[in-house]
Amino acid sequence: MSQKSELVTLTAEQMSAKLRSGEISARELTQAELDVIGAAEPSIQAFLARSSEEALAQADAVDKRRAKGEELPDLAGVPVAVKDMIVTKGIETTAASKILKGWIPPYDATVVARMKRVGMPILGKTNLDEFAQGSSTENSAFHPTFNPWDTTRVPGGSGGGSASAVASFESPLALGTDTGGSIRQPAAFTGTVGVKPTYGHVSRYGAIAMASSLDQVGPCARTVTDAAMLYDVIAGYDDHDSTSLPGKLPSMAAAAVKGARRDLKGLRIGIVKEATGDGFEPEVNASFNEGVELLEGMGAEVKEMSFPNFLHGIRVYYVIMPAEVSSNLARYDGMRYGLRVMPPAGVPQTAANMMACTREAGFGPEVKRRIILGTYALSAGKYDEWYGKAQRVRTVMIQDFAKAFRDIDVLVCPTAPTSAFKLGEIQDPATMYRNDIATIPANLAGLPALSIPSGLDGSGMPTGFQIMAAQRHDDTAFTVASALESAFTEKWGAPIWTKMKTPWLDSMPEE
Amino acid sequence: MATFTKEQVKRIGDLAAIALTDDEATSLESELNGLAESIDELNTIPTDGVEPTTNPVFLEAYLRPDIAAPPLDRDAALASAPATENGMFVAPRILGEE
Amino acid sequence: MTEKLMKFSEAIKRFDPVFGLEVHVELNTNTKLFCPAHYEFGGEPNTELTPVSLGLPGSLPVINRQAVIDGVRLGLALHCHVNEWSQFARKNYFYPDMPRDYQISQADKPTNGEGYLDVELEDGSTFRVPIERAHIEDDAGKNTHIGGADGRIEGADYSLVDYNRAGVPLVEIVTKPVTGAGEKVAEIAGAYVREIRDIARALNVSNGKLEQGNMRADVNVSLRESPDAPLGTRSETKNVNSFRGIEKTIVYEIRRQAAILADGGQVLQETRHWDEAMQTTAGGRLKSDANDYRYFPDPDLAMVHITPEQVEELRATLPEMPLHRKHRLQKEWGLSDFEMRDVINAGALDLIDQTVQAGATASGARKWWLGEIMRESNAREVSLEELPITPQDVAEVEKMIVGGKLNNKLAKQTVEAVLKGEGRPGDIVEKHGWKVMNDDSAIEKAVDDALAVNSDVAAELKAGNMKPIGVIIGAVMRATHGQADAKVVSGLIIKKTRV
Repeated sequence: MSQKSELVTLTAEQMSAKLRSGEISARELTQAELDVIGAAEPSIQAFLARSSEEALAQADAVDKRRAKGEELPDLAGVPVAVKDMIVTKGIETTAASKILKGWIPPYDATVVARMKRVGMPILGKTNLDEFAQGSSTENSAFHPTFNPWDTTRVPGGSGGGSASAVASFESPLALGTDTGGSIRQPAAFTGTVGVKPTYGHVSRYGAIAMASSLDQVGPCARTVTDAAMLYDVIAGYDDHDSTSLPGKLPSMAAAAVKGARRDLKGLRIGIVKEATGDGFEPEVNASFNEGVELLEGMGAEVKEMSFPNFLHGIRVYYVIMPAEVSSNLARYDGMRYGLRVMPPAGVPQTAANMMACTREAGFGPEVKRRIILGTYALSAGKYDEWYGKAQRVRTVMIQDFAKAFRDIDVLVCPTAPTSAFKLGEIQDPATMYRNDIATIPANLAGLPALSIPSGLDGSGMPTGFQIMAAQRHDDTAFTVASALESAFTEKWGAPIWTKMKTPWLDSMPEE
Repeated sequence: MATFTKEQVKRIGDLAAIALTDDEATSLESELNGLAESIDELNTIPTDGVEPTTNPVFLEAYLRPDIAAPPLDRDAALASAPATENGMFVAPRILGEE
Repeated sequence: MTEKLMKFSEAIKRFDPVFGLEVHVELNTNTKLFCPAHYEFGGEPNTELTPVSLGLPGSLPVINRQAVIDGVRLGLALHCHVNEWSQFARKNYFYPDMPRDYQISQADKPTNGEGYLDVELEDGSTFRVPIERAHIEDDAGKNTHIGGADGRIEGADYSLVDYNRAGVPLVEIVTKPVTGAGEKVAEIAGAYVREIRDIARALNVSNGKLEQGNMRADVNVSLRESPDAPLGTRSETKNVNSFRGIEKTIVYEIRRQAAILADGGQVLQETRHWDEAMQTTAGGRLKSDANDYRYFPDPDLAMVHITPEQVEELRATLPEMPLHRKHRLQKEWGLSDFEMRDVINAGALDLIDQTVQAGATASGARKWWLGEIMRESNAREVSLEELPITPQDVAEVEKMIVGGKLNNKLAKQTVEAVLKGEGRPGDIVEKHGWKVMNDDSAIEKAVDDALAVNSDVAAELKAGNMKPIGVIIGAVMRATHGQADAKVVSGLIIKKTRV
């Protein structure tokens, strides 16, 4: 392995240490990641846009500050990739949709501004399902992204770009958005760590809205501690987001470090009974059960708990999510930014027809499907029966969880029912939607939830282990995840990514 | 009875400002009817006396002070517009036979 | 297209009119309802925007506290029940001037619930208008129509959109169906909207200028056979932006609908608009399910909490209501209903009140504002407020009269000079050296001189014909540069010509 590939396979935590000690510069590290991107992109296609010049300039600024002896935050100089659902000033932001192609935002999302303030160079914008709608990244209007473990397979979605970028060492860290599992399911499919914070812990300002009451921005990383470090940078109250939760947050990095001591005595864990049996692949269940045994081995009390409404989550979700989507995506109308398509000859050239033709041409099939479904769910005749009902069942689910968390500290289940499937394998929308059956409930209830790798299945593909905690107890989830990650790594003898073939790293030129 | 007819899908398309093609309306009709059937199962869950949830984490609205911040530069505001004239956004004619 | 109309008097005889108003009051907050962009009427297009008011992807609304406070104060002035919890909801429809293609309004949880407003009619009676709700919402941008006739939307080739106004806070005050108005229906509607304007100004929550779009109303009208009959089908005339327009819309719609119903026809439930040039309402689109707004609670905004204690605190900040104040001042100033009406119509109530508070007598203040100053405002075609004279100026002049420093003629000259922009009254009087002549011998000499010069007039006066006395007075005043007291002068003349 070359020196450069050794550098990029470090964890963010290790990179941070080397930057602080002066062993490497931010420019060297950033350039190394840009080189990996150059080598890996032909086979991975994780990025929609690269911002190499900006990244190097940001790295130089960090090096300069460090040279002056300034005390810098831990992640200063550690590069990051940003899901193209998040607005970046001066860097094209498309949500992987034709309708937004070419849009250069005049402002930064709060999370991006916070990363810039810390001095994290932004490598580029990662691919996703159009407007974060999908579970495979195949719905991107521009190109698919491939799973670094097997490039005939999908990386999951919608955040397949961020997950693949992190898994393939193109970036140590990335930002995702999670509305029904878009951070966690790709993490499970790519053997990485993905975190959806408590609703309101991370600002949504500048995260392009898909479904406002479900969306959260969160970190993607290769280790729990790395994810926690990025979480600490982006989280916290923001007065630009009315749903932002006031109050100071504990350090998630500290919670992760505490977990690495692997002492879970007194911790009470519930297994979601409904998300472990039928419909979940036996090998997914098997690696999940290994994880449960490891947790018990560290002193945790584990019990099975029944959530009769858990599997109804997907039904609630497919009313509330499309309803909010239909309204949030109304603004893409050809008036102020993005695509405009005039009506064909013979059709009156009115504003209304322009809007309808623009939206017809600019949105892909999945987005249209959800807009139509959501428009219907909110329409006069159907509002009470569908939208009103779904909102009430959502309340019931929140109450179920709140009650359960009186007796337990975390809930666990597999992140997704299967490992990564082949590109083109799933055509039927309803089958695709089932991918998120175990991740959706945390979005509906606003719970913090994360996914860590639990092993490889028979085809050599990673599986994911999901840990959910009570609202505002993200630190508990990090502690448990860190403990389990440590136990798994010890059992495997090395981090999971060492089992992945990385021809793009081997072929990288040395300077 | 199926929830969606093709005509209904087209009508919803009008409401959503999407000029759906005939083929799209046809495939949406069957896909959406499949989803509708599943969604209708929500009605088996009792929710009498349950309040609807809009935000999963309960919060009172934050009310910001009435203090102005610098506006967007007009060039930045107009930069991505499909068509502009005299510092304004151009809309095709608003009225006209549909 | 000319529509068949029935005479108003006949229509009112045959049908019972019912109306409803949705009055939009634009709040004069410093920044918009959901973002910190400052808005000013007449600003350069698209220069008063943030990512939020332009509806950029990723932007989020944050509620302006002042808009909620203003909304609640306006609600309280309209005797509304203020809901402890209110919620913003999205009203979804596509239109080029809507940056998000949904308006953020309030649906089933408005900030202000039921209330009422008593309005005073010409005959001195009062009429109670029942209010359904007064909710807070944001405004849309502005379209300028290019091509076609005189900037109208009909026949335009395209439109230019300025989003500056997008996001400006509005309070929409919705009446219940107003019944029992009978032939006074238009007067009641007009008085109601004027009263809201006066209240909004008194509360300083809106500039209340209809010509700048600070207020506009949607006017609903329906007719029924009798007061016992169920409500008839209504028409909704949108965005009427003058008091007269609102009154005329109601009259026109009653006449139009009455003609239809008398012919056995049916009134269409439709959206119309008031055509100021034609003095008619014109049909627009039919109300149908094409207008399904798909309201739902805005998930970007949490519920607004206004505690009963906060409501009471805000109630304590309410000023005296305009109608109450009017009655009080009329009594204090000792004016008849007629005189008071003149004051109101002249828009001089506040000015006179301020003049009185600055030390003038009510009659003195009223004389100036409705006389000299009013003539000047008419001549210049500007409002009284826009003239370069203040209530303090008028009070100062009045005080100088009372103190004997100025006579009426000098006072008039002083006011004229203030109106010409020469400065404050005291300075003007000093600059010109104007003062009432108190030196009786000097006046006497001037009288003697005038009688001597005009010996023929003097002879007539001595003969007992007092008619031409003005000639002598005029000559004396000229000789004394207007500084003599005219009363003293005429007294002297009489004394000197009495045989």
